[in-house]
Amino acid sequence: MTAHHTFFWLMGGMVALLLTASIIGWLLGQRVSHENERATIDNLNARIRAWWVMVAIFAMAFLLGKLATLLMFSLVSFLALREFLTLTPTRSGDHRALSLAFFVFIPVQYYLIGIAWYGLFSIFIPVYGFLLLPSFSVLAEDSESFLERCAKIQWGVMLTIYCISHVPALLLLDIPGYAGRNALLLFYLLLVVQMSDVLQYVFGKLLGKTLIAPVVSPAKTVEGFIGGVVGATLIGAGMWWITPFTLLQAAGIAFVIVIMGFLGGLVLSAVKRSLGTKDWGTMIKGHGGILDRMDSVSFAAPLFFHLTRYFFAP
Amino acid sequence: MWLATLLIGLTRALVGATPRWVGSSAPSHAQKIYFANHSSHIDTLALWSALPADLRIRTRPVAAADYWSQGSFRKLVAVRALNAVLIERTRGDNGVDPLQPLIKVLEQGDSLIFFPEGARHRQALPGPFKAGLYYLAMRFPNVELVPVYLENLHRCLPKGSWFPVPLICTVRFGPVLPRIADESKAAFLERARNAIAALA
Repeated sequence: MTAHHTFFWLMGGMVALLLTASIIGWLLGQRVSHENERATIDNLNARIRAWWVMVAIFAMAFLLGKLATLLMFSLVSFLALREFLTLTPTRSGDHRALSLAFFVFIPVQYYLIGIAWYGLFSIFIPVYGFLLLPSFSVLAEDSESFLERCAKIQWGVMLTIYCISHVPALLLLDIPGYAGRNALLLFYLLLVVQMSDVLQYVFGKLLGKTLIAPVVSPAKTVEGFIGGVVGATLIGAGMWWITPFTLLQAAGIAFVIVIMGFLGGLVLSAVKRSLGTKDWGTMIKGHGGILDRMDSVSFAAPLFFHLTRYFFAP
Repeated sequence: MWLATLLIGLTRALVGATPRWVGSSAPSHAQKIYFANHSSHIDTLALWSALPADLRIRTRPVAAADYWSQGSFRKLVAVRALNAVLIERTRGDNGVDPLQPLIKVLEQGDSLIFFPEGARHRQALPGPFKAGLYYLAMRFPNVELVPVYLENLHRCLPKGSWFPVPLICTVRFGPVLPRIADESKAAFLERARNAIAALA
């Protein structure tokens, strides 16, 4: 099968799945009477609608090619960084560093992917960003909570630009026998992460009793976690045929993606709490902000990228 | 005008400028003076973009003549795109009331966007108000006074910087400021300032 054949099969499958989900959601919406149930069903339907949007965006990126994908993810980084910094206290002395992050670091990081300069792409923010951002801040001569401000800005930049940019960076990988199909890896990553999120939510709602991290995330349960990990790992393994991996390898990689995604969700939930909020924003209906959707992806993407690169792209 | 559409689009892309009508407030066609805290050059645009389009065409921002009539670009933005009313910030020697252009606009039935601090401030909460708002309120007792809090804009483009940092800014419209008979100027201005601070 060519990449396009696989893609159309996948899209067909996704559309069929979402159609079913939408119909079920609509039917459930017709039947509920209780106020509490209504809220859950509304939440479910909003999630399904947001999924439609994500599938549509992915399809567009795939059909329009690498440039469109890079532009799309740089926009995601832009929106995520904007969300992150809106909630992060900074002072006017940070103004130049922040402008630099938005208008230099985002374009350069994605440009480096565009020209396939792996060496600089992988150190640009950890090295140059690390050194330049506080250098720009310090010129404003304001030492009031300087370390906290710098640390927060760097954390935001690493998470929203560096980590998220590893999703489209999958297009860089030169895997023998897999040429021209890298966009499927991108789809694979997003599918496994999102499936894990959805299954954790569903299993949590159905069977959830024991809280797994009550202080950081009052919604996550042990039952949801196990259901999500097992379910998403199985789905990831079952999708081995769109990847360069064997069935067992796919299971292992999906397991890593799922665990990292789970940890990403927890970590960002703790970050949110320490910034004093529950949701990152209101951009995607029913999904909080864009960071609420990208939290697991941002943690899973760099590991997925490096594991695939190390073992499959000699 | 194309430039206005472009500026509104740019404002929304950079800072969002999503409106929140707080409490019992709601957009309406009644003539209004929107008064807001002032901390950046984007303030006017953000407030203007947050208004529904049909109200926006009858709402005119107030801009300082000493700044916005300098140079053809500033003039183009202020006068042509935003349809701003330019006023002098200081009372000139000729004894003309600097509020005269605003009075004319209000008499025509249009609404105003007004920054009672008279200049940009660096902090999140508004500084002391100048008396302009009081005189306008006295002269037009039936115009609704709507407090507006512009969140985060002091971080986006603080005074003295030339390049914006895109952060999400909400434009919070508060309930109409009630009129109190025989209120002193100082008391009125303090109450108006607190109405904005209450939205922060």
